[in-house]
Amino acid sequence: MSSSPKLHYKTVFDIPKEELFAPGHGLCAGCTAGTIVRLLLKVAGPNTVIVNATGCVEVSTTTFPYTSWRVPYIHVAFENTAAVASGIEAALKVLKAKGLIDPNKRVNVIALAGDGGTADIGFQALSGMLERGHKLMYVMYDNEAYMNTGIQRSGATPQYAWTTTTPVGKVLRGKIQFKKPVAEIVAAHRIPYVATANPAHFLDMMNKFRRGLEVEGPSFIHVLQPCTTGWRFDPRLGIKIARLATETAMWINWELDYGEFKVTVPVPKRKHVKHYIRLQGRFNHLTDRDIEEIQKMVDSEVERINKVVGKEIIGPVVE
Amino acid sequence: MGEWVRIPLSSNYAAAYAAKDADVDVVAAYPITPQTTVVEKIAEFIANGELQAEMIHVESEHSALSACIGAASAGARVFTATSAQGLELMHELLYIASGLRLPIVMSIASRALSAPISIWGDYSDVMATRDSSWITIIASSAQEVYDSIIQAYKVAENPDVLLPVMVAYDGFLMSHTYEPVYVAKDRSTILEFVPKRKPLWNILDPDKPITVGAVGNPDWYYEFKYQQVVAIENSLNILKQVFEEFGKRFERNYSFIETYNMDGSDIAILTYGGLYGTVTEAVDIMKKRGLDVGAIKLRVFRPWPTEELIRILKNLKAVIVIDRAISFGAALEGPIAMEVLATISKKSLDTALHSYIASVGQRAVTEEDVMAMVENSTGLLKKGVSLTEKSIYWGVRQ
Repeated sequence: MSSSPKLHYKTVFDIPKEELFAPGHGLCAGCTAGTIVRLLLKVAGPNTVIVNATGCVEVSTTTFPYTSWRVPYIHVAFENTAAVASGIEAALKVLKAKGLIDPNKRVNVIALAGDGGTADIGFQALSGMLERGHKLMYVMYDNEAYMNTGIQRSGATPQYAWTTTTPVGKVLRGKIQFKKPVAEIVAAHRIPYVATANPAHFLDMMNKFRRGLEVEGPSFIHVLQPCTTGWRFDPRLGIKIARLATETAMWINWELDYGEFKVTVPVPKRKHVKHYIRLQGRFNHLTDRDIEEIQKMVDSEVERINKVVGKEIIGPVVE
Repeated sequence: MGEWVRIPLSSNYAAAYAAKDADVDVVAAYPITPQTTVVEKIAEFIANGELQAEMIHVESEHSALSACIGAASAGARVFTATSAQGLELMHELLYIASGLRLPIVMSIASRALSAPISIWGDYSDVMATRDSSWITIIASSAQEVYDSIIQAYKVAENPDVLLPVMVAYDGFLMSHTYEPVYVAKDRSTILEFVPKRKPLWNILDPDKPITVGAVGNPDWYYEFKYQQVVAIENSLNILKQVFEEFGKRFERNYSFIETYNMDGSDIAILTYGGLYGTVTEAVDIMKKRGLDVGAIKLRVFRPWPTEELIRILKNLKAVIVIDRAISFGAALEGPIAMEVLATISKKSLDTALHSYIASVGQRAVTEEDVMAMVENSTGLLKKGVSLTEKSIYWGVRQ
């Protein structure tokens, strides 16, 4: 299936003006989750049901009697977002078939969960939903730790990162293990559409949301979400850090559209990872040598991706 | 009213037939012994086109109830079924289903809880849901399973209630044994009683966006919970109305409590589920031997039918409560015995209470056992024991 005609959002002027994510929410100043959700709803439009896992976005947007959601929204628990969304999708399908609701009305079902709610506690429900093939889009906003409970490590926390449960002490220095490659594991389920995105490349991200809602079957968008509080950076730097993640290839924006793999944000000249790492307090304890270790890992990942693509879509480090 | 056919069904199949005849839209369930054949039968109905529903083959019971919550929130009539460990895995969601006020109906083939693992019947699983704000009906025949599930939808979807309902019955002794059951020849018979209509509860509708599952801080949480208190109180009346309407329409009568041979008996045995059948058999045998003992079946566990029970207990010298679950370390370890004790205290009745635990993990209990419990209880009464100090563990090797 061709993936070419999907660049719907080419400039900022293509972005709908309608605000379905209301101002006045309680996310931290400088939180990039708000940016992601706001743009997500602009793509999805009003005929949308949001299913949200327990987490930062949920607690910051739904304190009774207030809500930030101008579309139907449900929060049930932490680990079951994909299952709740499955139930909603199935219900809409059968109610349409039985003529109990308008059969011609297309309603987007979007599951929205953080990295803990997706990669760890919600992983079983996610895998089940993907295997069953529900037509819904799952958006994972990845701030790389349990930020809502106060910065505890998750399966998506990168190696060496300080968190409150991987503290920097005399013996141990941050997280020991690697970051779980969630999007790749999801891709192994062979669903129609999987993509990684980054709010600094917001048009790319929005086009991916749009494509995810379009395909017949499950789609999964893994969005990097820099967290001012947990990553320890100045609130004004969120988008800059997100951009540096891609520029250093610590984060690669790709998509897998019906099996066709593409790096959607090519990086002809890469920056050294130190530019990304040195802006974040969670990596303060790293020595120059540690950072060179990370650089080597990124280099080998870039090599792997370039091999998959068949050309040098991500270039060498040029300082 | 309506045409009925009498067919042999296990309680599991009776549950599946009831779900089919209630025209459920979404079924999300995960297989667990002894519930499994409920799910299999529903899958057959769907495969044969006898039921138009989406069956979500979830990867766990946690997801089963989660998917039901999602589907009910979208306005579908939903059904699920489970047992034991499955019910425990759902535990978190039990409270959310009732807290979100969703009219979900679930059947439970009751089974003992691990460890040690046991697939056999008792009521440990159901008793552990006590405070989850689910209306809980315990049936003692396959017919009652079928009828109770039909009634459950009518109660659950009542706008003055909007609470989930579970209908429980004995794992194996009922789930896998066949009895003759009247089922509606045509689904319309049932749907005239529990009509499908536009949901009376708030649903996720893009034309009227609402936020479901909001955060309740100390300024609001308590009020949400109090509304559940009111709802389950309301359900007492609604249950009564539904039982009456069901009886009038279909000529099968149900109440919160069923009794047997109470006239002239000043001692009665109270139990629940399939064991009630054994108890009434024992009552018949004792009657032949010249001893009048009554039998009381508790059919509705939540909401607790205080008034109905008091009306029966106040005429008794003693009540023998046979529990099929253990509340470890409790003041009285039979969970139903504890509730009966509270009921007796409410009106300061003189009725003695003797608490027995039996058939845990489906250890066989026969009519002989029941008669021996009566004999034991009579002995206690003679010694002036108005309340057993501890629950009596019948038939255990100590």
